Amino acid sequence: MLARTTGRGGEDAAPAVRAEGVSQTFDRRGPAVLDGVDLTVAPGEFVCLLGASGCGKSTLLNLIAGLNRPTAGRVTVAADRPALMFQEPALLPWLTAAGNVELALKARGVGRPERRAEAGRLLRVVNLGGQSDKRPHELSGGMRQRVALARALAQGSSVLLMDEPFAALDAITRDVLHEELIRVWTEQRLAVVFVTHNVREAVRLAQRVVLMSSRPGRIVREWSVDLAQPRAIESPGVGALATEITAQLHQEISRHGH
Amino acid sequence: MATDTTLDTPRGTTVPRSSRAVEAGLDALDTAAVPGARRSVGRVLVRSVMPPVVFLAALVGVWQAVYLAKVKPTYALPGPATVWQTFLDTVQDGRAAEAVWTSVSRGAVGFAMSLVIGTLLGLAMWSSRWLRAAVGPIVSGLQSLPSVAWVPAAIIWFQLSDAAIYTVVLLGAVPSIANGLLTGFRQVPPLFDRVGRVLGLSAPGRVRYVLLPAALPGYLGGLRQGWAFAWRSLMAAELITYSPTLGQGLGQLLDIGRELSQMSLVITSIALILIVGVAIELLVFAPLERRVLQTRGLTTGR
Ligand SMILES: Nc1ncnc2c1ncn2[C@@H]1O[C@H](COP(=O)(O)OP(=O)(O)OP(=O)(O)O)[C@@H](O)[C@H]1O
Ligand SMILES: [Mg+2]
Repeated sequence: MLARTTGRGGEDAAPAVRAEGVSQTFDRRGPAVLDGVDLTVAPGEFVCLLGASGCGKSTLLNLIAGLNRPTAGRVTVAADRPALMFQEPALLPWLTAAGNVELALKARGVGRPERRAEAGRLLRVVNLGGQSDKRPHELSGGMRQRVALARALAQGSSVLLMDEPFAALDAITRDVLHEELIRVWTEQRLAVVFVTHNVREAVRLAQRVVLMSSRPGRIVREWSVDLAQPRAIESPGVGALATEITAQLHQEISRHGH
Repeated sequence: MATDTTLDTPRGTTVPRSSRAVEAGLDALDTAAVPGARRSVGRVLVRSVMPPVVFLAALVGVWQAVYLAKVKPTYALPGPATVWQTFLDTVQDGRAAEAVWTSVSRGAVGFAMSLVIGTLLGLAMWSSRWLRAAVGPIVSGLQSLPSVAWVPAAIIWFQLSDAAIYTVVLLGAVPSIANGLLTGFRQVPPLFDRVGRVLGLSAPGRVRYVLLPAALPGYLGGLRQGWAFAWRSLMAAELITYSPTLGQGLGQLLDIGRELSQMSLVITSIALILIVGVAIELLVFAPLERRVLQTRGLTTGR
């Protein structure tokens, strides 16, 4: 089985994300949520993280984002501060769509006039140019996700972490956002770690798919996806690999039944 | 088998058909204009003005009936007409305006002082765990202590002066405001702080741009309660600290009514106190709260 890194940045470049032997326990006496996770993401590489619900995907992403400290092991990230899209849109409800994006720019020290212009540009990137003055509660779920994507892009980081960003969307909207994400990724050469439950989505997007086991969370297998972008989620190439990965995922989950 | 290139259809046929056109269509669905719930003047009159008017009319009707039945002697329970006459007289000779102005300006000054002190106290309690543990129970206790209880002490400390009145007002309002701010902070979802950290905001930046705005609804609740307590405390203080050297507020007007055994003046004063309270609520706090909740989508529109 293939288990090699195929980042566009080349294998010799310093990795964008590196987790070495990362373990996490929440209760001192409780079981380990993550146990010795090793994950390396090359600059400009798109990695999808797959695993059953509760296996520790969000926990791993939070560790990479620097929101928590691992109980053991080490996390190094090339960027100062990786951009993170939370599992929820996590927009600040008192700010408009543009205001939410601008806050990310302000945190980077971008001046006020540039902030306006840049926020407008980013909202147009996610095709929300006309909605910049709406508050989060006036937007649909899919639009909120797109504002969150624009905010994550506004962080200007070379590392983008996404936690099931499109889980709550209908298939068509998700297709559109996949396309946009791949476009932005290609243009800006981001390193992306994308968490999802959806095997097809993982194969549709990633250069490399990483499967995690549950209790404790470990990385059990990897697949590199050598299909050319753009791919359609319903294409046979995506389907075949997805079937193979799903079979493995089933095996992983049924292991816990015994 | 990791990848199977034979299954990979040639580039071009795999390009998703979705495009900007699909996207624009989806957005149009997303934003399908909800017909604006424009409120006509007529509907406002029927829904929010008429009910209290009807209720008041009924109340006056009952009052008139009780008066005519002579349940109480006339000096103890004058009829609505007599009270209305006294009300008009008080308004015409300027005593009403003077009392309202004196009390409202005292209330405003006292509330402004409470706002500053209560907010600083709340911030200090939030930032110091020790202070919170030390002062928290006392502040909560003070909130339930009727501030009239402070009037004798205030008079002994400051004699019959404005300082005594303001002391009572502050002791009434500051705890509510400090506690309101603390409640506001406590209700901020932890997710918002994580957002601030992910965006790379500094600690002061997170307070300024995330924590404070997020705490605003709870804080406003505290301010509203703080005003109610300030106004009550002020009336209690004015009622007791009557002195010719002090300006004559509504509480003092009420006390004059009692001394003269003029029940119609007593009722007039109570009505004025009530009117001011309702007016401040309707003109200041209700719109403020409505705006804050509306921008956050927290109103159900009922
Ligand atoms: N703060 C916490 N305290 C205690 N336990 C936690 C905490 N956060 C997560 N866990 C536990 O860690 C495990 C992994 O949680 P995590 O959120 O990482 O799962 P996940 O893989 O993201 O699941 P999902 O796909 O459903 O989002 C779960 O069993 C959860 O109960
Ligand atoms: Mg999760």
